[in-house]
Amino acid sequence: METNLALLLLLAPLAGFLLNIFAGKKLSRNLSGTLGTIAVAVSFAVTLFFFMQVSSTKEPVMVNLFKWMTLANFDVNFAFQLDQLSLLWLMFVTGIGTLIHVYSISYMHDDENIHKFFAYLNLFIFFMITLVMGSNLLIMFIGWEGVGLCSYLLIGFWYKNQDFNDAAKKAFIMNRIGDLGFLIGIFIIGYLFHSVDYIDIQNAIVSGSFDVNDINNMTWLGVATLCLFIGACGKSAQIPLYTWLPDAMAGPTPVSALIHAATMVTAGIFMITRMNFVFDLTPDVQNIIAIVGAVTSLIAASIGLMQNDIKKVLAYSTVSQLGLMFLALGLGAYEIAVFHVITHAFFKACLFLGSGSVIHAMSGEQDMRNMGGLRKVMKVTFITFLIATLAISGLPPFSGFFSKDEILMTAFHHNKPLWVIGSVASIMTAFYMFRLLYLTFFKGFRGTEEQKHHLHESPSLITFPLVVLAVLALVGGAISLPGSSWLNEYLAPIISHPAEHHALGTTEYMLMGVAVVGALVGIGLAYAKYIKQGFVPVPDNEITGFAKVVYNKFYVDEIYTAIVVKPIYALGAFFKNVTEVALSGFIFGLGKVANAIGAQGRTVQNGSIGLYLFVFVLSVCSIIAYIFLK
Amino acid sequence: MENILQQIGIENYIYLSTLLFCVGVFGVLYRRNAIVMFMSIEIMLNAVNLLLVAFSTYHQDAAGQVFVFFSMAVAAAEVAVGLAILVAVYRNIKNIDIDNLKNLKG
Repeated sequence: METNLALLLLLAPLAGFLLNIFAGKKLSRNLSGTLGTIAVAVSFAVTLFFFMQVSSTKEPVMVNLFKWMTLANFDVNFAFQLDQLSLLWLMFVTGIGTLIHVYSISYMHDDENIHKFFAYLNLFIFFMITLVMGSNLLIMFIGWEGVGLCSYLLIGFWYKNQDFNDAAKKAFIMNRIGDLGFLIGIFIIGYLFHSVDYIDIQNAIVSGSFDVNDINNMTWLGVATLCLFIGACGKSAQIPLYTWLPDAMAGPTPVSALIHAATMVTAGIFMITRMNFVFDLTPDVQNIIAIVGAVTSLIAASIGLMQNDIKKVLAYSTVSQLGLMFLALGLGAYEIAVFHVITHAFFKACLFLGSGSVIHAMSGEQDMRNMGGLRKVMKVTFITFLIATLAISGLPPFSGFFSKDEILMTAFHHNKPLWVIGSVASIMTAFYMFRLLYLTFFKGFRGTEEQKHHLHESPSLITFPLVVLAVLALVGGAISLPGSSWLNEYLAPIISHPAEHHALGTTEYMLMGVAVVGALVGIGLAYAKYIKQGFVPVPDNEITGFAKVVYNKFYVDEIYTAIVVKPIYALGAFFKNVTEVALSGFIFGLGKVANAIGAQGRTVQNGSIGLYLFVFVLSVCSIIAYIFLK
Repeated sequence: MENILQQIGIENYIYLSTLLFCVGVFGVLYRRNAIVMFMSIEIMLNAVNLLLVAFSTYHQDAAGQVFVFFSMAVAAAEVAVGLAILVAVYRNIKNIDIDNLKNLKG
């Protein structure tokens, strides 16, 4: 029963994928989307069932399908593990997935390849479920690669635009770099523990069969966790592998919302939380994670200040928020990171879908300098967007306040410099999000007359998911209120060393106060600049000085091009122009020699039977002579 | 039988069959008429048969003579095929001089 249900949960999206990819052309546009949506909704329903069951029994559901591979003292089972953590992830993957499928039915309605779009979305959900549900690292790796593939396919969905194809390739290649780290990490873990099963590894550590005092073991373990973290960096867009995520905005907006904000990019956080008992043993790597997270959050937020493309701003804000989550992970506060993943999934999906609604109304325009005043025509979009913006800015009582505040509070207790960095990033977040809000929805309309004529509120299929997500963004914080946290208790069996929770004292209230004041300062600055002064960002070519450096994303892409891409091209050119010429010259030379010999040799075969016979007899005589006379 | 061998001597059989074989070889090499070459090949074959029979008698072993029967049967089959080929060649080029059969060059 449980096996069948778990298989249904896993295979429903795969069925949707197969149906849409093979028969999609014959289905009508609405049917294609409806099937895709139903497939995910089925998964959501099953997840809900398991979620209820596991919440009450507190016992994980284990589903062992078959033995996948057997090596000397190393077994890998094709098994799934539905415990508190994976079910929590499945809840919002399939839940938000369903909402975004609903949204896409309307958003992608006029696209000629709508069936392909839903096929890829379903495939993505399938791989994401595999990633989350697997009971060992190798199954997670299948999902890990699969979601990377789907991300590639969907970023390059509008494949006729070469820029979009390049963005897709960039995402894929950057992810490959991380994947290599992840794979090496898995190998080392397999070498150390003779298993890649989460439970086996945990048991080995708890029971002491893995010696944590052996310096050799611990060195290798440190390398392993560092490699796993590199994998997480690639997937979750952390320094130095974050540049693919802003470019990934080339994909359709629902994709940005689902894959590049709410679900796939949180895979790295999921993986680290999954392996928390291993990361706990390597405090040095945890420090690296915390620092990388904090720095990423600050740099991405500062780039976000200057972007004018509505989706680019959101993309950098995603990178920045992911940085905060990694900060929490590095501080060992896994449940807080998970909390922020969930609230972030709500408000960021809402923001992206809202921006999609805006882009829809603007007939494809994404530059905020050409927007403005949309508040009057798009009431639902505006209100939901406002709620999500307040949530991400960290104002109470919106969900973002609670999660972000907990991260900063943890940082304050562990490491003051990181707290400062995180706080500055949060203030910046409040500023650029309200900048986005003001530029898009306030003041007068700055686009063309034709666009103005077209402006309209989006249809209900688009606004419905917005409303649901806005409500979740509003109340989502309730799952982990300071003092009485449902989430922390729920996740207790998963986290081996829960973060110490500080009682709400004066310091804590003061920190909350600082956070709120910081957010208000950010909002106030944005208000003063964009509402009071009515400032509109200047055209690209008039940006000067430091602003230009920030606007151009600190030239990170250019630096990568200079230090990585160019040398690789140069190496390729070297191989092509020198090595290949030399090698092919040699090979062609051999061919020419053989040809010349052949040209001579063919004259011997002149068709004269008499000669053949003569040579034949002569040869036989020579052989005989040789045999008898030697 | 022993008398004949004693009278003539095994070495004379060897000389004869060697001679016959050489006649065959030179026939094949010097003649240009395919039928004559064919006959020369038969002479070579029969030189070997003769030698086989002679040695068979010399060693008092019937196996060699049995082998000759097989050899002759195979030779008969070979002649049938060979003559058929020659007929086919003749139909195509109206003679059987091997110097005219030069289409097989590289």
